[in-house]
Amino acid sequence: MIRFVSLRLLRALVTVLAVMTFSFVVLRMSGDPAEVLLGPDVPQNVIDAFRRQWGLDAPLWRQYLSYLGAIFQGDFGLSMRDRAPALDLVLERVPATLMLTVPALILKLGIGIPAGIFAALHRDSAIDRGVIFLAILGFTIPSFVMGLVLVLIFAVTLGVLPSGGFGTWQNAILPGITISIGGIGIIARFSRSAMIEVLGQPYIRTASAKGVKWHDVVRGHALPNAAIPIVTIAGFMVGSLIAGAVVVETIFSWPGIGRLLIVSVSNRDLAVVQCILLLIAAVMVTANLIVDLLYGWLDPRLRTGTAH
Amino acid sequence: MANLVEIRDLRVAFDGVAVLHGIGLEVAPGEALGLVGESGCGKSVTWLAALGLLPSKASIDGSVRLQGQELCNAPRSRLERVRGGRIAMIFQDPASALNPVIRVGRQLCEALRLHRGLTGAAGRAEALRLMDMVGIPDARGRFGLYPHEFSGGQCQRLMIAMALAGEPELLIADEPTTALDATIQAQILDLLARLRAETGMAVVFISHDLGAVAQVCDRVCVMYAGRIVEQGSVAQLFGHPRHPYTRGLFDAIPRLYGPRGALVPISGTVPDPRHPPPGCAFAPRCAHAHGFCATQVPRLLPQRDGRHLACAFPLPERDPQRDYEDALT
Repeated sequence: MIRFVSLRLLRALVTVLAVMTFSFVVLRMSGDPAEVLLGPDVPQNVIDAFRRQWGLDAPLWRQYLSYLGAIFQGDFGLSMRDRAPALDLVLERVPATLMLTVPALILKLGIGIPAGIFAALHRDSAIDRGVIFLAILGFTIPSFVMGLVLVLIFAVTLGVLPSGGFGTWQNAILPGITISIGGIGIIARFSRSAMIEVLGQPYIRTASAKGVKWHDVVRGHALPNAAIPIVTIAGFMVGSLIAGAVVVETIFSWPGIGRLLIVSVSNRDLAVVQCILLLIAAVMVTANLIVDLLYGWLDPRLRTGTAH
Repeated sequence: MANLVEIRDLRVAFDGVAVLHGIGLEVAPGEALGLVGESGCGKSVTWLAALGLLPSKASIDGSVRLQGQELCNAPRSRLERVRGGRIAMIFQDPASALNPVIRVGRQLCEALRLHRGLTGAAGRAEALRLMDMVGIPDARGRFGLYPHEFSGGQCQRLMIAMALAGEPELLIADEPTTALDATIQAQILDLLARLRAETGMAVVFISHDLGAVAQVCDRVCVMYAGRIVEQGSVAQLFGHPRHPYTRGLFDAIPRLYGPRGALVPISGTVPDPRHPPPGCAFAPRCAHAHGFCATQVPRLLPQRDGRHLACAFPLPERDPQRDYEDALT
């Protein structure tokens, strides 16, 4: 068990490090912050001074090492734009994003899982087909289309909800629904196929053959097995609590992490972008780590490492 | 004695494709009945249909009576009382027939709670007794383990223990030894024979292993393509098979004694149930088939020696005079 946990921890750390390195290199290869921030008609000596000031004149590997060194001391650098610590800028946006994504996560799991299981139990019925149809509709319509359609209906035509902005709970409804719908569809489809797979297993027939009542077969024998794949996909959803709202925040002018990321990327605000990507990676990796540990708890075959 | 189970004209179809064409079968209390035939001939489907364990897309007709109580298309609550309580069933692949995420002790206790109302310490004590009875070593220490921590043979023992929990009058053993090693097969067969002697329950033994059937059963039904083609005592069928298909099954088994001879496989394969031959389903593979066989389905009829046979041109009856001469030489 200790070996299981420490291996997973090590893998998580390596993943975060890989994301840091990748974002560091790609950001520096894809554009010069000096030119973007200072504008096109600035004399060369000003540009050089700016580069020296931010350490951009040093070779890439030296920049990288000093970046890593600073991170390990808890220093995430300064924003080139307003010279505030990048971490502070990022953290002050986190609550706004979570205000959208946490209720959305609850909707995704709370509607998606029961809908999928219900469809699986009524396989090939009209209800099942309806759930599949809505699920596919949900996750194939891109969120920017869905968002605009919802704005058109509820803000423009009916005039019952605001089309964007931040402040009251009414502002959160349309963006929250836009984020949830795709996820509800994915979870519903996934739960349905997980449940159908499990219901076809020999041990379900055994449980029926020994006289267990059908709802106890579903609750006691099928659900604990179907939970294993469902937890995987739910883990992804938890992992995207921070990163999952980039497009929707932009459509609804919601002042969260996603909008900060878009602005910072177009400004080449290196420290802020790196800080956001690191935060996203850390949340994703933590979610995956929790999923891995949950597997061990849900599936005894993984605990002892003697799976069939 | 009144029969325990009587199956009359049982028909099963999946999506309009008939796989059972009117099965008639009786099981007497305490009897051991063998059901043999190639894969896909409907041996398992017969009993899954009887207990209502087929998927809902299967359409089932006919009658299955358990001491007068109709089970065919019966309400779920009636079937749930019968399953495990009066008729228990064990399956081919014991490792996947036990729930992988539930401790074996709990799976056993569930059956005891359902059918005998035993809970808590009483349930645990009875579960341990059953585990001992089926030969799980160190039952006390292994009560809390998961199925993957047992071998295939031990999983089948656990399945048998779970089946015994409801003290059933009939145990359906659906190819219980097919997935196991030869030595373990013999142990499981011994166990089934011993438990039958101890508890007096009837056993239906579904298998394509004729040797195993001979070891466990008193009476045998040979099935082919959803029909019973020959039925009789083990001595009758094994001593002198009359249906060409039954004969073919025996010719395909290697013999340990006597002169060495080539094995004779049955040529061809079981017909596709979507396109059954118009007459006798075995006719396309049968060396004895004549014109009648290609157009008419032979009925299962009683014979002089007590067996039932569905063949227009069976192998000849045994000649008593020749038997006598054979005995002299």
